[in-house]
Amino acid sequence: MASDSTASISNAVAKTVLNKDLLILRQLVTKDFKLKYRRSVLGVLWSVLNPLLMMVVMSVVFSFLFSSNIENYPLYLIVGNITFSFMSDSTSAALTSFIAAAPLLKKVKVDKFVFPVQKVLFALVNFAFSLIAVAIVMLWYRVVPSWHLILLPVCLVFLMLFCAGIGLLIGSLAVFFRDVIHLWGVVLTAWSYITPCFWDFQMLIDRGAPAWVIIIIKANPMYSYLTFMRDILLYRQSPTLGVLIACVVWALIALAVGVLVFRRTQHKFILYI
Amino acid sequence: MAQDTRGAAPSVIEVNDVSMVFNMASEQLNSLKEYFIALAKHQLFFKEFRALDHISFSVRKGEVLGLVGTNGSGKSTMLKIIAGVLEPSEGSCTVRGNIAPLIELGAGFDVELTARENIYLNGALLGYSKHFMDEHLDDIIEFAELRDFMDVPLKNYSSGMVARIAFAIATVVEPDVLIVDETLSVGDVFFQEKCERRIQSFIDSGNVTVLFVSHSLEQVERLCTRAVWIEHGVQRMVGPVKDVCRAYRQQFD
Repeated sequence: MASDSTASISNAVAKTVLNKDLLILRQLVTKDFKLKYRRSVLGVLWSVLNPLLMMVVMSVVFSFLFSSNIENYPLYLIVGNITFSFMSDSTSAALTSFIAAAPLLKKVKVDKFVFPVQKVLFALVNFAFSLIAVAIVMLWYRVVPSWHLILLPVCLVFLMLFCAGIGLLIGSLAVFFRDVIHLWGVVLTAWSYITPCFWDFQMLIDRGAPAWVIIIIKANPMYSYLTFMRDILLYRQSPTLGVLIACVVWALIALAVGVLVFRRTQHKFILYI
Repeated sequence: MAQDTRGAAPSVIEVNDVSMVFNMASEQLNSLKEYFIALAKHQLFFKEFRALDHISFSVRKGEVLGLVGTNGSGKSTMLKIIAGVLEPSEGSCTVRGNIAPLIELGAGFDVELTARENIYLNGALLGYSKHFMDEHLDDIIEFAELRDFMDVPLKNYSSGMVARIAFAIATVVEPDVLIVDETLSVGDVFFQEKCERRIQSFIDSGNVTVLFVSHSLEQVERLCTRAVWIEHGVQRMVGPVKDVCRAYRQQFD
């Protein structure tokens, strides 16, 4: 639109808007990463240790309750936990991302969507380190990975889109109603209980849970993403078509709603942050 | 508009009938409860505040335009609209080329990061690639005169030191449009002079369009060629800097 300027700077400045956004994203994610591990002795090792420690604690606590009908229960736990944390970490960070970027948004023209996306990408970096923990557990239990592993990026792409959509939605809402910030904690807790992170879905059916409970749990997007992840990492099989479709559809719905709300409201952010 | 294109230099900034309306009542609503109470009381779109009322002017390439007006008259709102941070409620504002906003120095700095890390972060926000920043890092450090403090977190910096770094980054290359808003008042006298020299060199090059806001009328008269006087959101006068400043002074006499 406005490119008839002198060439004094054009070669220095990022050629396209998208290019500039990518630059900003890269710097912001690097910043998050540096700040998270600054002044900690073990540093990035914590991203590996954290899910491992969590797995040990939960295995000890829940093994008597659930492990009898789940093979490799610790692996079942850690895969479920890191997948759910990816969603909860990225969305709760995206929730306040616009508000936290207020000093910036008030003074510099930046494409606002980069802030929730930054949080999702940062959660992905953490997730990548958690995968090292998963690899350690697989080694320990001598679970040999199969070719299904190549489906991992597919699952992650859809999970990322899902989280980005949710992040855009709740981030935009939080700008106007700070209540959302308090509410989201409750939603995440409730969500973690209806998602089979540490319990077995089959157990519900075996114990004759009412149909509506089954429907609610199956309609839960995280159920599909967790099933996908466990299928390829733990059970070494392809996810069913139903699960695959659910993952795609949830990602698209979340993204559509998120983008719609964000685009409708973003020009008013500046007045509320 | 047609006249502009026939002129000597193309207009770089075009402010076309811009109004900015803030909604005073709804801005204090930060929770759902307050929102519904206000909705029930029919107070939602109650108090309007017109920060800018039908402002129009254009700035040609290489021109130095001063914005004058008393506190709260809408100068900063105008600058934010030109910088693209605020969207006008009515009218339009077009800027051709890239803007180096010196509206408030150090926007986007993270105090936990070191100066060096902040330079790269801020560079990205201004659209400079990492490679470009690598090349110009020395120029920036040189200009800021803070070589020994590059790896110190910014939280340990004084505000003057932060301003030095921010000014050095924002002006590392010749921008198309430079917005200067009272930023020269931070930093010591020597650095202020250094900043003014750099701005003057931009002005002398003839390629840079400068928007200048200051309460020092002497500074405005010294640096600018034209001026816009905004008072309580209303455009009072546009014209040669001497005339506008004279009229502006007269209101106090």
